[in-house]
Amino acid sequence: MSRASKNRRGIADLPSAVLQIPIVCGLIGLWYGLTETAVLPKFFFGEPFKVFGVLWHWFTSGEIFPHLGVTLVETVLAFVFGALLGLVIGLWLALNPTASRLADPYIKAANAMPRVVLAPIFAVWFGLGIWSKVALGVTLVFFIVFFNVYQGIREVSPVLLANARVLGANARQLLRTVYLPSATSWVFSSLHTSVGMAFVGAVVGEYLGSARGVGYLILQAEGVFDINTVFAGMLVLTAFALVLDQAVGVVEKRLLVWRPTHGETEKL
Amino acid sequence: MNTQTSGAARAAPRAGAAVPGLALDNVTCTFRSAAGKASYTAVKDVNLTVGDGEFVSVVGPTGCGKSTLLNVSAGLLEPSSGTVRVFGEPLVGMNPHAGYMFQAESLMPWRTALDNVIVGLEFRGVPRAEATARGQDWLQRVGLGAHGHRYPHQMSGGMRKRAALAQTLIMNPKIILMDEPFSALDIQTRQLMENELLDIWSADRKSVLFITHDLEEAISLSDRVIVLSAGPGTHPIGEFSIDLPRPRDVSEVRLTPEFVRLHDEIWHTMKEEVLKGYVQSQQK
Repeated sequence: MSRASKNRRGIADLPSAVLQIPIVCGLIGLWYGLTETAVLPKFFFGEPFKVFGVLWHWFTSGEIFPHLGVTLVETVLAFVFGALLGLVIGLWLALNPTASRLADPYIKAANAMPRVVLAPIFAVWFGLGIWSKVALGVTLVFFIVFFNVYQGIREVSPVLLANARVLGANARQLLRTVYLPSATSWVFSSLHTSVGMAFVGAVVGEYLGSARGVGYLILQAEGVFDINTVFAGMLVLTAFALVLDQAVGVVEKRLLVWRPTHGETEKL
Repeated sequence: MNTQTSGAARAAPRAGAAVPGLALDNVTCTFRSAAGKASYTAVKDVNLTVGDGEFVSVVGPTGCGKSTLLNVSAGLLEPSSGTVRVFGEPLVGMNPHAGYMFQAESLMPWRTALDNVIVGLEFRGVPRAEATARGQDWLQRVGLGAHGHRYPHQMSGGMRKRAALAQTLIMNPKIILMDEPFSALDIQTRQLMENELLDIWSADRKSVLFITHDLEEAISLSDRVIVLSAGPGTHPIGEFSIDLPRPRDVSEVRLTPEFVRLHDEIWHTMKEEVLKGYVQSQQK
């Protein structure tokens, strides 16, 4: 996208949207042109206007909302459970060297495993409802949060710890006032990645077998070679992911108010 | 040992107190290196006392184990041999009477200035409303009354030090340990902070063990200055009473002939050790 602004110096001053909107229009035009002139077969590549027709129908009839709702619930649950589990186990292993030493190879092995292959097992264990998707999302989110927390705790400033101890903190208070805030700040710094992963888990889970959700819509459409609906589903997922990312950005800004950002340091 | 007793009558209630606030008896600290074989003796056979209400500074060449002495006094570090006595009682575990101001940043970045100041009260279980009121009072006393809502990254280095000072003093410790607390500040801010420290200290005399590498700072603040040898095996090699009249202004007291005389005398003792320390740091 920035290539356009590099070519000529004059357009670099325009607002990004002015440059970005023609790009997306151009791409859609290209798609339309290539499929209309049968350079690309419509059967495999769909038709842009029919895709928009599907989207229009979904949103005007409200058909899409229950499916989006299910995907959202799965994403949120996967994130919450995965983050909590990662936080607790990360804290525990970081503060307990023996447990950490014993668990190390298993953690590495579990992280190395492609976790998407767990989806069929989760479907058998938890059924085709939301919980098999939540479980898949949890396995993806857990490791991101776990490694962040584990590293974060081991890098807590020793001066901060010594200071809290001198001020009279007992072990529990040390956990509450130093380790936990420090660990949560690491959870939040990985928020974008882990929410994204929770979303991936939900959609992949739906796609591999479900009765509801946007992934389910795509699966159904693919089964009858309705390529326009597949594209429409992809567009909905992309837009949804963008909205989710924006929401995370807002939450992050709220929660990490104490963090210095570049150039923000105030001098008196 | 090079001891002088001051004739000047000090307003401190120190004369009456026979039991020193803090006493290190033959303290030795040996650290095992990472490899596990070689060991390093940071401080060796240190005898040091801080009277009740006395302001004692410790000066010494860089890397001589000054901070080790403070960690031992705070109870953060157990000495390899020797004992620490706090008001006559042998120290076991953390020192409940000590407040410690660290050289490095010690404020919690996720708490505002006010919440940092009252964190010790929180540990003690003081109710929130009372803690906040006392915290606000202390912020006022260190000149941060209007800045309680700021996070550490929103404050200047000097403001952070003030907040750390309030955080330490709000606990009303009988002994204050200070590890080069102002070394990161510019010289003007530093003299302001030193004067403020003297004001606060003279209002309510505590025992202070103040560590610095700056001899002028040591003399202008203290009742007594202790000079340490270069490491390894650091131990006191000189002790000087500073009988400059109080109250002092740290920037003015530096111009008096008495100050200059003391500075010369102590520097004479220190010089050799500083050179030794310098040579050692070059060899490392």
